[in-house]
Amino acid sequence: MASPGKTLEIRSSPHVLSGNSVESIMWNVVLALAPITLFAVAAFGLTGLITLLGAVGSCVLAEHLLSRNSPGGTTIGDGSAVITGLLYGLVLPPAIPLWIVVAGGFICIGLGKWLFGGLGANPFNPALVGRAVLQAAFPIPMTTWHESFAEGRFWTVADSVFTLPLSRPSTVDAITAATPLSAWKFDGQATEATDLLLGMTTGSAGETCAVLILIGGVWLVARNMMNWRIPLTILGTAALLGAIFHGVDPTKYPSAQFVLLSGGLMLGAVFMATDMVGSPMTNLGCVLYGILIAVLTVSIRFWGGMPEGMMYAILLGNAAAPHIDTMLQPRVFGTSKRKKVDAEGAP
Amino acid sequence: MLFGARPTGAMTSGRTFRHGIHPPEAKDATKDLPIRQFPFAPSLAVPLSQHIGKPAVPCVKPGQEVTRGQTIAKADGWMSVDMHAPVSGVIRKIGLMPNINGRMMDGIYIEPYPGSTQEVAAGPACDWRTASRDEILAAIQAAGIVGLGGAGFPTHVKLAVPDEKPIDTLMLNGAECEPWLTTDHRVMLEQQADIFEGIRYVLKVTGAERCIIGIEANKVDAAESLRAKIPDDLPCTVDVMEVKYPQGAEKMLIKSTLGREVPSGGLPLDIGVVVINVATTAEIGRLLPWGRGIQERVITISGPGVRDKGNYRIAIGTTLRFILDTVGTTGDITRVFMGGPMMGPAASSLDIPITKGTSGVIALTEADTGPQNAIKVHPCIRCGYCLDACPLFLNPSDLGTLAAIGDYEAMAETRNLWDCFECGSCTFVCPSHIPLVQRFRVAKAELRKRGNS
Repeated sequence: MASPGKTLEIRSSPHVLSGNSVESIMWNVVLALAPITLFAVAAFGLTGLITLLGAVGSCVLAEHLLSRNSPGGTTIGDGSAVITGLLYGLVLPPAIPLWIVVAGGFICIGLGKWLFGGLGANPFNPALVGRAVLQAAFPIPMTTWHESFAEGRFWTVADSVFTLPLSRPSTVDAITAATPLSAWKFDGQATEATDLLLGMTTGSAGETCAVLILIGGVWLVARNMMNWRIPLTILGTAALLGAIFHGVDPTKYPSAQFVLLSGGLMLGAVFMATDMVGSPMTNLGCVLYGILIAVLTVSIRFWGGMPEGMMYAILLGNAAAPHIDTMLQPRVFGTSKRKKVDAEGAP
Repeated sequence: MLFGARPTGAMTSGRTFRHGIHPPEAKDATKDLPIRQFPFAPSLAVPLSQHIGKPAVPCVKPGQEVTRGQTIAKADGWMSVDMHAPVSGVIRKIGLMPNINGRMMDGIYIEPYPGSTQEVAAGPACDWRTASRDEILAAIQAAGIVGLGGAGFPTHVKLAVPDEKPIDTLMLNGAECEPWLTTDHRVMLEQQADIFEGIRYVLKVTGAERCIIGIEANKVDAAESLRAKIPDDLPCTVDVMEVKYPQGAEKMLIKSTLGREVPSGGLPLDIGVVVINVATTAEIGRLLPWGRGIQERVITISGPGVRDKGNYRIAIGTTLRFILDTVGTTGDITRVFMGGPMMGPAASSLDIPITKGTSGVIALTEADTGPQNAIKVHPCIRCGYCLDACPLFLNPSDLGTLAAIGDYEAMAETRNLWDCFECGSCTFVCPSHIPLVQRFRVAKAELRKRGNS
């Protein structure tokens, strides 16, 4: 008999699904970040490893503590907290005191994500929220850069890592170095493009090796887990602006490849700005969003007081994203114009 | 849940539309199996409403003997069609029966005579050469013909094009883009003479100058065979289209073959096109010359839960229980749906009969569906997959968010809810497993209720 031994399941169609899942997207992003993470550990040794572990650990712990009493139980399994932790760790100065790392991790997840309702509800990239708070609260440790590929980096840890809360980090033994951006901004020195490309410079733990960042991005685009329009427009616009201004006054403005390869532009364009939750959903919106971020970054770098502006550019882009979406709703099939939606119509 | 998708961007040859999805085709098991006649069930349940519009009115009484093909219910007005006895036998009762939409609906129970020859009764013939336009329309209505693709819209209503809307093209829909289904494929291979005969009727009724048969590229054998057999005097061509869901939706089919967009809220006839399913056309060509009515149809019985998969000609009113008992199952059936997996409704009972709109019966076992309610739903992560999937360029993400907070009016006013034809592409791609289409159906039902009250 064909009569069901079990109850017939009544479910609304469709009865087949693509196999896409939030978990697979998130863990693929983690995988794409793996080469950059390994490079960061190679470049900054034990110091970098401790910072990264502190960042990921504190973000996952915060996610668990904040979600364990929600109806679905803890949400650390979806992988989004690991991404936040990794990205956050990768944009920190490698030798920053560990207690600041942990405090910032809780700020990322608590203030950046769960205050708004958790996964999918955060208007800003949580990793950058954490970093922005630290930048404001601890300006000195956030701009003290550890030298990369230092001797003995795999068996010694920078003293600054274990500085106690609210005490002044010891600077006696610190091996510090200037980032390519600050070297250009404050000393007028340019760095070789090949060094930038391969990561033979200093900076935040994960922003130095442009090649690995691009490989991770290509992987995600190939898996359709990243809207390629965002990194492409950011990098394209930034390169174009760099070329124009460099052409006008080469002594005052750096070259296009320096703009592209220095600082957090590459990491931000590929992994930060493309955060699905904070970026626009429409393809045209993604293009506009990319242009906006690139213009803001280049403006802050060229005319602002800080050497790097990628973080604030992305946060401002995140803030603009819902409005870009409202403005640029897709043209519905069989209609002649894009639908005009007033602000009240937006969800 | 069931399958992994083909990577997006994988292209096959043929004309196409923008967006859409690539679900697994799953047609290999049945596409090469010829149509077979299915045995008669010991009791059949023929619903009086198998179409959009008013239910037919019974013209037989319990205890009355009927011949296979005899009219047993008459159309109630223009938006209604006749019903015919699927078997020679005796009317047992007229009463309620379960329906795929979940409600009990009126219908006629018939018990076949075991010894009958089951010869089909014929009526007054309708010849396209001599009959007038109105005579052909009346014959189509009397033959009980509705859209066999699944919607069940009365065909004579669709073909009765107003004079102020000139039609230049008749589109025959042979896309069959739903996974698993192979009925149209087999009909296009086995009933070519019926299809060409049907085209002559429909061309005469609509006044179209030409006919295009649109076929997906996974049925090239049918396309080439049809193309080779087109009669010299028939202004008919065959177009091969990309294998992509929902290629068989009217709006997508027209966009793919003619490049025209049906206006939002409008009909194909607004841009000079009438679309009709190939199987429906074949029925017109098969039945009208003999004055017969639909008493059976070709259905794909498939899915991992089915043992003897195939394309069967099954009497209308045969219950799912009899069908699954006859073909055998591979295990405990946990889900059965009628039609394809993208749009087909799930059956709540195996006593539901197949109707004129049923193109497939697909059965799944627990191995395919997984434990009940195992699918974890996440919040929307604004990935935008649904925007890239929606063939009508709607914003399913925003629609889903508005539905979740119950703002159905905003869905209709600011996000074109009424354009959605519930193809399910957005739900298919959603990584958060949000039941988007289900929410849209609820929203539409609620808005209709509010509009009526």
